[in-house]
Amino acid sequence: MTAGRSHETRRYALYGWLLLTPAVALMSLFAFIPAGATAWASLFSRGTNRRPAHFAGLDNYTQLFADPTFAKVVTNNLLYAGVTIPVSTAIALGMALWANARIPARGFVRAAYFTPTMLPMIAAANLWLFFYTPGIGVIDKIAGLFGFGPTNWLGQPDTALWAIIVVTIWKESGFFMIFYLAALQTIPPDLHEAARIEGAGRWTYTRRVLLPLLMPTTLFILVNALINSVKLIDHLFILTKGGPDNASKLILYWIWEMAFSYFDAPHAAAMTVLVLIVLGIVAAIQFRVIDRRAHYR
Amino acid sequence: MTDTPFVQLQGISKHWGASLGVDNLDLSVPRGAFVVLLGPSGCGKSTTLRLIAGLEEADSGRILIDGRDATYASPAERSLSMVFQSYALFPHLSVAENIVFGLKVRKIARDDRDARLKRALALTGLEGYEDRKPGELSGGQRQRVALARAVVADHPLCLMDEPLSNLDAKLRHSVRQEIRALQRRLAMTVIYVTHDQTEAMTMADMVVLMKNGRIEQSGSPAALYKRPATSFAANFVGSPPMSLLPGTAVAAVTGHFPDPEAVTIGLRAESVRLAGTHDAIVHGSVRQSEFLGAETFVVLEMPGEGTLTARLAGEVDLSPGSSVGLAWDWADVHLFDRESGNRLPGLSDPAAWNKSAPSGEVASTAPGSCAAEQE
Repeated sequence: MTAGRSHETRRYALYGWLLLTPAVALMSLFAFIPAGATAWASLFSRGTNRRPAHFAGLDNYTQLFADPTFAKVVTNNLLYAGVTIPVSTAIALGMALWANARIPARGFVRAAYFTPTMLPMIAAANLWLFFYTPGIGVIDKIAGLFGFGPTNWLGQPDTALWAIIVVTIWKESGFFMIFYLAALQTIPPDLHEAARIEGAGRWTYTRRVLLPLLMPTTLFILVNALINSVKLIDHLFILTKGGPDNASKLILYWIWEMAFSYFDAPHAAAMTVLVLIVLGIVAAIQFRVIDRRAHYR
Repeated sequence: MTDTPFVQLQGISKHWGASLGVDNLDLSVPRGAFVVLLGPSGCGKSTTLRLIAGLEEADSGRILIDGRDATYASPAERSLSMVFQSYALFPHLSVAENIVFGLKVRKIARDDRDARLKRALALTGLEGYEDRKPGELSGGQRQRVALARAVVADHPLCLMDEPLSNLDAKLRHSVRQEIRALQRRLAMTVIYVTHDQTEAMTMADMVVLMKNGRIEQSGSPAALYKRPATSFAANFVGSPPMSLLPGTAVAAVTGHFPDPEAVTIGLRAESVRLAGTHDAIVHGSVRQSEFLGAETFVVLEMPGEGTLTARLAGEVDLSPGSSVGLAWDWADVHLFDRESGNRLPGLSDPAAWNKSAPSGEVASTAPGSCAAEQE
């Protein structure tokens, strides 16, 4: 009896593993093994022909923390995330509420909002390069109408990062809007009518009913925006290459440079591990905190 | 109860593009009455309710609530509550928060709010469910929460839009009685929309039967049942609906009949009885019989065209296809104009007609035709 049962259990376990195998194989090949290898590589010194790599413990990490460029890049990325995440989420929500209302040419408005998302980031960055061009770019042309002189938006340390931030917000808001729009469509119009009868104005309805019901979507968007604030660096290659003087350099760009321009794989690996750890912690906090306040149907 | 109506619609129209919503509607709802707007889907009953609620704005006409012109007032200014078909509960709020939502919006003091919440919970039997979310409740309990939210503010007017249509048949029966009891106890004026004539007949003080954006007939349930103003009303009210036969079908078997081409004959199931060969007015063949315990409804095919339903006491064993003789009192027969569907004067003395009137002359010129009264 028990033998038969354990046989049965083992058979089910076998089925389970067989079903998991394709996913496990692919995930291992492209995610788990590279991640493990990166973590492992970050513990070794940089190998050259004369001095092969040797185990260095946490040396790479201590060196990173002492490096002013690393500090600068981390500060940049924090500012970048701190501005792009809330601003693009807020704009996305605003646009979704607007595009969900009964307005003329609703389809056109939605499509227009979504267009930046359909463009490849490289193409969008090239577009913005023309906007930002000192003197002849659209932005300076418009500024000129009001009597302002030309500004090298991408070329000076004070404005370069902010110029990048604007491009990112422009690119991301339309994408996030689609999620909000989809979520808004699932909220029955009855709720608004019931709220109106109960005496709630537009703002009360938005605050007490709409925003809480959109919370799961907001959580999803915040996590995505967080990931993008680290992941999305395509436009840096076109617009500033991280300059001037590292003013617009973000961490992933710095990792890329470290690994493929300076061929310092161990330091790049160490930074990658740090990024993974930080992202993991932040995502966990986001889920914990917002999950309690989100209502899932 | 005063003489002035509590809710009054004067010449209200609402059109959706080319399609019809509500057309030049006049309606008076007495204070404290339970008024049911009844009709098939698309007849404008829900639109009427939404116009009263202020969720839609009328194209023309006036709406008076408690003597004040509310035509352009916002829903919140009309001091009314509403129960939606979907209940429209806020899914992220608990039962208690749902119920006091409006009180909070209106900034009612906390003590008062708690007292009202307690009372509403007691009235609807929801004590102990305060902290549940709507998603954790059964359909019947959700319906109660919607009711509690409607009564908590003590608004004198409550609108209900098919509130029972999402409940199963058994629950519907008991909730019907509960809503009616609640309405009496709180002396609320209720305007209730349904397409279910049973709900209308069992709950209403006044039934307003609607069709194509107009009022077909309004009156007490008994009045609608006993004297349907049109063949549509006759067919819509009552279960089973009144059997309607072309005048020709009866004329063919009776020989004499006033203008059989121009009339439709209506017979309630309880007016039809089985009869022996001598008494029988017509013979019909049994199509099916439905045994309901105390009674059996027999559907019969008439010799000409149409069917007739007869309500027979107890269990009656009639096999399909068998021929039975049927009779009725001519005073129970309803007559309708075939073209307009409007009610014609009844056949109080058909014998007189049979003697004096050669067929084909009488009914079309019958004096005191109801047709004029209907508009």
